Amino acid sequence: MKRNQARTFALLTALAGTSLLLPGCGEQVLVFNPVGPVGMIEKQIMVLTIIMVSIVVIPVMILLWIIVARYRDKPNNRAPYRPEWSENRILEIIWWSIPIIIIGILATFTVQKTFALVRPPNKVVNPLTIQVTSLDWKWLFQYPGQKIATVNYCEIPSNRPIEFVLTSNAPMNSFWVPQLGGQEYTMPGMAMKLWLEADKPGVYYGSGANFSGEGFAHMHFNVIARPAGEFNHWVQKIQSTAPPLSLQRYAILARRTIVQPMSFSTNQPGLFEKIVSQDGGMYMRRDLTRGKINSQAGTD
Amino acid sequence: MLHNAENFASHFFVLGNPMIYGADVSILLVIFGIVFVLTYYKKWGWLWREWLTTVDHKKIGIMYLIAALLMLFRGGVDAILMRTQLIMPNMSFLKAQHYNEIFTTHGTIMILFMAMPFIFAMMNIVVPLQIGARDVAFPYLNAISFWLFFFAAMLLNISFVIGGSPDAGWTSYPPLAGITFDKGPGENFYLLALQITGIGSMATGINFFVTIMKMRAPGMTLMRMPLFTWSVLAASIIIIFAFPVLTVALTLLLLDRLAGAHFFTIFDGGNPMMYVNLFWMWGHPEVYIVVLPAFGIFSEVVATFSRKRTFGYASMVASMIAIAVISFFTWVHHFFTMGAGPGVNSFFAVATMIIAIPTGVKVFNWLFTMYQGRIKMHLPMLWAIAFIPNFAIGGATGVMLSVAPADYQYHNSYFLIAHFHQVLIGGTVFGMLAGMYYWWPKMFGIILNERLGRWAFWFFNIGFYVCFLPQYWLGWMGMTRRMYTYSTGMGWSLWNFISTIGAYMMGIGFVFIVIEVGYSILYGERDLTGDPWDGRTLEWSLPSPAPHYNFARIPEIAGRDAWWTIKEARRKGDPVVESKPFKPIHMPNDSGRPFVLSVLFFVFGFSMVFTWYPLAFVAFLGILISLILRSFEYHTDHTLSVEEIRHTEEAYGRV
Repeated sequence: MKRNQARTFALLTALAGTSLLLPGCGEQVLVFNPVGPVGMIEKQIMVLTIIMVSIVVIPVMILLWIIVARYRDKPNNRAPYRPEWSENRILEIIWWSIPIIIIGILATFTVQKTFALVRPPNKVVNPLTIQVTSLDWKWLFQYPGQKIATVNYCEIPSNRPIEFVLTSNAPMNSFWVPQLGGQEYTMPGMAMKLWLEADKPGVYYGSGANFSGEGFAHMHFNVIARPAGEFNHWVQKIQSTAPPLSLQRYAILARRTIVQPMSFSTNQPGLFEKIVSQDGGMYMRRDLTRGKINSQAGTD
Repeated sequence: MLHNAENFASHFFVLGNPMIYGADVSILLVIFGIVFVLTYYKKWGWLWREWLTTVDHKKIGIMYLIAALLMLFRGGVDAILMRTQLIMPNMSFLKAQHYNEIFTTHGTIMILFMAMPFIFAMMNIVVPLQIGARDVAFPYLNAISFWLFFFAAMLLNISFVIGGSPDAGWTSYPPLAGITFDKGPGENFYLLALQITGIGSMATGINFFVTIMKMRAPGMTLMRMPLFTWSVLAASIIIIFAFPVLTVALTLLLLDRLAGAHFFTIFDGGNPMMYVNLFWMWGHPEVYIVVLPAFGIFSEVVATFSRKRTFGYASMVASMIAIAVISFFTWVHHFFTMGAGPGVNSFFAVATMIIAIPTGVKVFNWLFTMYQGRIKMHLPMLWAIAFIPNFAIGGATGVMLSVAPADYQYHNSYFLIAHFHQVLIGGTVFGMLAGMYYWWPKMFGIILNERLGRWAFWFFNIGFYVCFLPQYWLGWMGMTRRMYTYSTGMGWSLWNFISTIGAYMMGIGFVFIVIEVGYSILYGERDLTGDPWDGRTLEWSLPSPAPHYNFARIPEIAGRDAWWTIKEARRKGDPVVESKPFKPIHMPNDSGRPFVLSVLFFVFGFSMVFTWYPLAFVAFLGILISLILRSFEYHTDHTLSVEEIRHTEEAYGRV
């Protein structure tokens, strides 16, 4: 008896402990705490999917429980036993059609949102372009409009769409800031776009999501969103106090090292395009020259 | 000269890590132990005659099973090491490089050297027995398949102590896996080992496709085949179409690495994304190759232990074929975030979701096979029932991942890790364990101990949820896969701790299985009837273990659940005419060539890893010569006389 009580007590403590912990963890569940329109759309469609799949999963669990409990092979079991029963057209039509309907609904939303997310989230405000290069094992952010550069952190104005243009001068990686929205790969010889926007100021965790070698686990960075005025102030501060980004300095950065956050008062015009096309970069050269990937956009 | 030798040795052997020295010592001890036991008990001849040269599908299946369990142990140890490193933030149990090697070998071994041989074990042991055949269509080729797999597995495993393990992930994406970023021989081990085992898998696919199409007993039409055989047919079709793609991808990457080609380099016009496409054109169908046979096993187990016909047989077959076909149109969902564009992403997202429909139908059909049945909770059924909630969650998270815009948030995160472990462990591993418990009496004539099996089941099953449910949460919290360490402050510590505890519980579950097997061999209940579960399909009509020619008389099939029908007729007292006279049986000869050929493949692979081209050339020549010699071999089969058959059958008491 005493042992039972002790067990119940332990169980209750564990439950209470968990329920106390959960709200604290709530904010740390990054993808369910988005702060921008892209992350918000993604969260909504995630919630929708969870509801839709529950329509199948929950009845399956309940049915399994009932069936296993009721049709156990026990001597006194009075439940019907029909060993030859193996066809029922109506039942089969029901469970072919329910998943079809659910998948139909999900597919419609998926296609809609897939197309929506390649467009800028906000067409009113002029976007800001940031060129992102993943290196071994660090992130280089260049601001072609502001003519500055940072390493392992970036600042963005809130309430303004950001056009991240992504490439890599190292093995592939993936650029992911969960609270702003989903990730996209950085690939050598390619320049790909990712639209994100922050609704409110704050510091948001970002990381490399695709394994890129020994220092991969250390490739995280902060994205700091500030109101436009503060952002401009920060840009001016960097322009006046930080050292310039020379080509030599870039060459040092491109080595296989792990470094602390850095700031540079200049970017290297043309460096990003050079990184993309240095090894041939044949796939993107046409796009770059035609201005399809407009690395000069975003100047105020 | 001495310096050169030192330099060579320090690159050839992996040095400087106490864990690897420990592994060196234990490998040597095991080898000495095996050699000693074989010599002391004078078993070398027995080993060669009975096992190394056998072409009997049942023995080959048993060897696959042993290899799969050993590889499950190796991959499991990898998993335990990784989870130990992640139990707390900033642990220094493993260094980054070591961790990277371990997750690479964990994935590679679990998919190609654990899941694949496990399904091949079940296919080999069961399919000919279920369709009333005396062996597979090409028994000699079957032995080659096994030995190629075996030596490929050895090739990958020695990389741990010689040369260094691959470290670019089991997907081995260039440019990371290319020569620019990965100089060492580790990646060569990966490419050559997969290539060699891939040839074996391809041959197995062809072998079983032909076996099922051509060697069924008279009267067994396609729609009378047991569902496990159907699932193997579907898996074989996928193997035949998917494995050539892997062969091409690996060959091109190997040419990049060894011959300076530029297929997947980032310069001179190569394109790494082509590798990613090719890899997943094989990789996604591969998932269904390993899960469809598990579905087949569940269908057999659920029907047998519910003592009822399978519900919706036609739907079950249709859904397996649908899955097999659609599985070839979903590969891009592994890289929605590589910028393929919204049109492409939409197509592959919807194709992926469509797979959920036939899969969901199968779950309902299993449920309604149990409905109005009489459920006996033996070990195989326990694993089958535990599979259903597991797979429901795994399938649901699969649908969640297929929604392309949401996948931008799940991709490469622990959410993905949790999902595919849920379907691969909950589907494939649970299925294979169910199959192992189910057919163990047929293989060895012993029933595995129920009590120890239940301990194993509960530890493994609860441990599974404790290990992987927190990982969904971790993914939502932003933790990405393949991180060897993480810092405090993200809120990840608690969930990682719980997850590691779950992994340890699964480890304990595995230990219980090992104890159970050992105990049952010594003290287990013997199966004297040949039909311990009151089975429904033909394999249970034979004694356990089955004689090497399987069927003394080829049965005539009158309907589905052939053996059940015969038993029903006997219960009703219908005299079943079984007095047809024995006829001589035509059987294949054993051969040592598959073993020798595979050793040559091993030598070839090993010398290619270190680019010792002269030795590779010699080995390649050896391969060619043994192929040519085989084609001039005329005495490849023999005939069993009626006397011999009668003698064997009398020993079983079945005349």
